[in-house]
Amino acid sequence: MSRLRLALVGAPNSGKSTLFNGLTGGLAKVANYSGVTVETRTGRLQTPGGTEIDLIDLPGIYGLKARSADERIAIELLCNGRDDEPAPDGILVLIDAAHLRTHLHTVLQMRAIGRPMIVVLNMIDLAERDGLKIDVDRLRNELGVPVVTSRATRAAGRADLLACLDAETANWPARNAAAENTVCTTDIDLTALQREARGIANRAILFEPAMNRLTRQVDNFVLHPLAGPIILSALLFFMFQAVYSWSGPFMDGIEAGAAALGDLTGRLLPAGWLHDLIVDGIIAGVGSVVVFLPQIVILFLFILALEASGYMARAAVLMDELMLRVGLNGRAFIPLLSSFACAIPGIMSARTIDNERDRLTTIMVAPLMTCSARLPVYTLIIGAFIPPDAVGPFNLQGIVMFGLYLTGVVSAVTVAFVLKRTVTKGTNQVLIMELPTYKLPNPRDFFLSLWGHISAFLRRAGTIILTTSIILWFLASYPGSATSLRDSYAGMIGSVLEKILAPIGFNLEIAIALVPGMAAREVAVGALGTVYAIQGGEENVEGLAAALQGAWSLPTALAFLAWYVFAPQCFATLATTRRETNSWAWTGFMFSYLMALAYIAAGATYHIASWAGL
Amino acid sequence: MTLDQLEKGQICHVTGFAPDSEDLVIKLREIGFAESDEVELMHRGPLGANPLCFRLNRTLIALRSDEARAIEVETSQ
Repeated sequence: MSRLRLALVGAPNSGKSTLFNGLTGGLAKVANYSGVTVETRTGRLQTPGGTEIDLIDLPGIYGLKARSADERIAIELLCNGRDDEPAPDGILVLIDAAHLRTHLHTVLQMRAIGRPMIVVLNMIDLAERDGLKIDVDRLRNELGVPVVTSRATRAAGRADLLACLDAETANWPARNAAAENTVCTTDIDLTALQREARGIANRAILFEPAMNRLTRQVDNFVLHPLAGPIILSALLFFMFQAVYSWSGPFMDGIEAGAAALGDLTGRLLPAGWLHDLIVDGIIAGVGSVVVFLPQIVILFLFILALEASGYMARAAVLMDELMLRVGLNGRAFIPLLSSFACAIPGIMSARTIDNERDRLTTIMVAPLMTCSARLPVYTLIIGAFIPPDAVGPFNLQGIVMFGLYLTGVVSAVTVAFVLKRTVTKGTNQVLIMELPTYKLPNPRDFFLSLWGHISAFLRRAGTIILTTSIILWFLASYPGSATSLRDSYAGMIGSVLEKILAPIGFNLEIAIALVPGMAAREVAVGALGTVYAIQGGEENVEGLAAALQGAWSLPTALAFLAWYVFAPQCFATLATTRRETNSWAWTGFMFSYLMALAYIAAGATYHIASWAGL
Repeated sequence: MTLDQLEKGQICHVTGFAPDSEDLVIKLREIGFAESDEVELMHRGPLGANPLCFRLNRTLIALRSDEARAIEVETSQ
């Protein structure tokens, strides 16, 4: 028998991806807010009874009247299939048991499609803890389809569902028969369906307590008109201070380890090109990036905790008014906040914005949010040039870091403001957003997704940074007759760029590092590590920061920081923008305006700092 | 009255929707607003303005007052 195709559908944030991960052992991103999944994803599982199933995880939908890009993907696949993916043989409709009354009409809409289906009352443990009592048998009879309860995070909580799959799928009609009678029109009578759903809810819900108390109490502070914005700013400020100050000891440890490794390798290998390649090229290049792992870990700890707890949606509410003034809406705040981790998932999650012009504007400004790849650049330069003086309870280095993040945010807001009044003019979209109940993160999901980010960072260090370090070492060390960097191949290439970059205070070494740095921002740090390791020769034992202190003036260092607030030095972001906008023009526009801003900002910083005598 | 006129803590029931904004009403219905549902204004946005956070049955939903104006309600006695 061929594999059964089963689609997971339901309202946003009903736990589809958590169930998907639990059933298939997959690693789909999960978080506690609406619209985390913006693409379809397929995974395999085998039920205890031996049924082979392809499970398709879909973006959340409340009903069949598709609007935003992610919702259209879900509905197209459900009704008629998409491109190479045929429509599913059956549907698993997930519904958050705690919100049964509000969301039950979604089940009726899915039933109207006419495919075999099973209704899963998910997070039943949390609903029951609140005191909600549901007559599941009654619900099953009223709906006329199988209904099971589940707790998607636990294997035991998924057992009923698996047993139900075995019992039900055996009786499902063959694929062709099911595919013929799809009624995927938007012609359904929503009012009538809602009336029917409310009637069923009245009969199947035995006891319905007031709203979750913890959520109500926490929100009294978090969404307080005055305290709310203060808590949000304090939280963000604390996050960036923590990234900077908690990581110190760990970074010192990794740095010492890299130095010891370089030293050991240096003594074991005979002098010659291989010795230089490994010590100056690979260890100096890759090591200078891996040092930043502790900061990446701390940043993601915070972002994942904000996402998993349910706070993210509150932040969007608090920012809505400000975003509206700019011309966007609070919904755009979530893609922008995820861009602090990386602009790529940020740009993709802009799909949840149903107004096309708002989506474009959000994509265009997403790279201005300071992504984690800039951390190595910022930390390196700040550590080398800004003294760690105490300013009140804070540290000057932390304040400069916060200032760089703030500059990114203010620029994003300004650019969005200008774009909305010029090229992406149009009506403002509405804000209709469900706020999730606060939840403790599931430890397994939490640490798996933290590990996902850590391993991605290390993988980049092991591949792209390793490769560019090796190539750069060759280019900077040959021709062998070269006595200075300027005469090497890399120097020849860099000299051309240097002419353009000299007016903004950049030297030859920076010009050389920016070329491989186009691939990804932290690559520039690795490249600087390699370039200065070659130049420093045997004296280079102090590390990259010390080498920079000797080689750069303070205005140059500040200009370099300003450059990195804006410069679109990331191929992957540009490629994602091309895919999501389906337009070379918009991608080109993003690249050009960011480059222009980077050049102007770096130049202005350099000249103002020089003039001020820094 | 319409939902945007609700005071904080006041509880009401949905009686209908504005007839002239069909697209908006579909969105409101899909997220769950329906006739006879119980709604309470829980929180106001920063500085007491937008957005407004409503409890719809046991679910918390944020709307701006423009959207809330499309929902007709009657306060409970």
